[in-house]
Amino acid sequence: MAAAFSPATTQSAQVAVRGVSMTFDEVEAVRDVNLDVGRGELVALVGPSGCGKSTLLAAIAGLLQPDAGEIWLDGVLAPNRLGRVALMPQRDALLPWRSVLDNVVLGLEVAGVDKREARERARTLLPRFGLAGFGDHYPSALSGGMRQRAAFQRTVLAERDVLLLDEPFGALDALTRRSMQEWLLDLWDELGRSILLVTHDVEEALLLADRVVVMTARPGRIKLVEPVHLPRPRTPAMVSDPAFVAQKAALLVTLHDEVSLVGSAS
Amino acid sequence: MTGLTRRRVLQESERECPQTPSRRRPERAVVLGLLVPLLALLLGLLAWEVLVRLRDTPSWFIPKPTEVARELVESRALIWGHTWTTLQEMLLGLLLAFVLGVLLAVAIASSRLVERAIYPALVASQAVPIIALAPILLIWFGYGMTPKVIVVVLTCFFPIVVSMVDGLRASDADALALLRSMGASRWQIMRIVRVPAALPALFSGTRIAAAWSVIGALVGEWVGASSGLGYLMTRSASQFQTPRLYAAVFVAAALGITLFALVALAERVALPWRRAERRGG
Repeated sequence: MAAAFSPATTQSAQVAVRGVSMTFDEVEAVRDVNLDVGRGELVALVGPSGCGKSTLLAAIAGLLQPDAGEIWLDGVLAPNRLGRVALMPQRDALLPWRSVLDNVVLGLEVAGVDKREARERARTLLPRFGLAGFGDHYPSALSGGMRQRAAFQRTVLAERDVLLLDEPFGALDALTRRSMQEWLLDLWDELGRSILLVTHDVEEALLLADRVVVMTARPGRIKLVEPVHLPRPRTPAMVSDPAFVAQKAALLVTLHDEVSLVGSAS
Repeated sequence: MTGLTRRRVLQESERECPQTPSRRRPERAVVLGLLVPLLALLLGLLAWEVLVRLRDTPSWFIPKPTEVARELVESRALIWGHTWTTLQEMLLGLLLAFVLGVLLAVAIASSRLVERAIYPALVASQAVPIIALAPILLIWFGYGMTPKVIVVVLTCFFPIVVSMVDGLRASDADALALLRSMGASRWQIMRIVRVPAALPALFSGTRIAAAWSVIGALVGEWVGASSGLGYLMTRSASQFQTPRLYAAVFVAAALGITLFALVALAERVALPWRRAERRGG
């Protein structure tokens, strides 16, 4: 495994995780994880729940420090990563006392951008995120899908090269979820960012990602890295493509092994 | 999600028939929230009046409500003078307690060291009965307004500190992590997430403090004063001017209730998002 990661790929990747292991209170969360996100690439991370996917994201974001291993950003070893990547937490974490507009400019505000200028920049983008006319509403007035889109706009507006999305559509119902995936595919070309997406939905991973990375049950290790053989631009109709169906079936079998492992272990 | 769908269904049904009962609900709330307690109060006063009249109780023992009302009108200049003193003590004390309480709470919530050093002392300070402290303050600061204001501060700052500390600690962990991931400083996190998130709790504590501020002022005046409602009460009682004593009690209660209501009103104005949230469900 380690042989696949030459110094060259470490330096050319947007995000390079090298031999990262993490333990909390004697529970091993992730073990010897190697992972790359190339420039402009969307990598989906799937695995059974509790396998350390979110822990890994938190480590890349700089919220946690690995016990062993290194994390590289933009080709440089990055021991301090806070403020360098844009994280979208599992729950939307919108501040209920701020209007939608004031929520989405949060990253710019923290970075010291003038508030009025930040608001203007955000307001012109609201329609693109399906939030036209809702800028002055409080988050409580929004539907679940709109809240997620607001959280996503906040992540994009932080203006970082790397977006870390922690199950962005996990809490949504199936219909909303599908329309959100469609919308994200539609937005994909304009974004031009490197994205690491955590999901437990294999179909979502295959539809959105350039590569799917499967993690094992705890302690989380990289089990499999699968390139997705679908052309871009992608459409939701591709889920019935025979190649898609075959790849999904194979991934589900791999994942099922891990889930049943969790079941027998506990 | 179920709450959302329910709301959508509600909105749709409203669109279909605009004259749904929900439109009349605000008026019913006014009836229940204002008219009913007022009616109950009037009934109570009426029963009091009738009982005192029937049993021919002497006025120095239990005055009739009408006598108290007459006293309120006839001695209004005198009562207002004392009320003004008490009101000043309450407002000044509450304001100081608010500033002190918020500063202490921020210090406690941002540093473990400060918390360890101050919090136990704060709790212990509440075990000392303020009525026992008042004479000491009198010796130190004399008969003027200062010792009364200090008693009000001592009465009021505790609920403010405790509720604010709780509020500062109750911030959403995801929001804190998000801000940290953005590279926010401790001060930015305090300003952007923790303080706004603590405001509802701070207002709850301040409401309690507002209601208690009267008690603080009265206790301060009972120990030794030359003006104020507490002074008027002790003087009226010693002279068996019971209707005047009752009038002073009435005004003191009204002050406490009014201040409580003003803080509640300030909360509504300052935190419009909470109402939006309740409407959103």
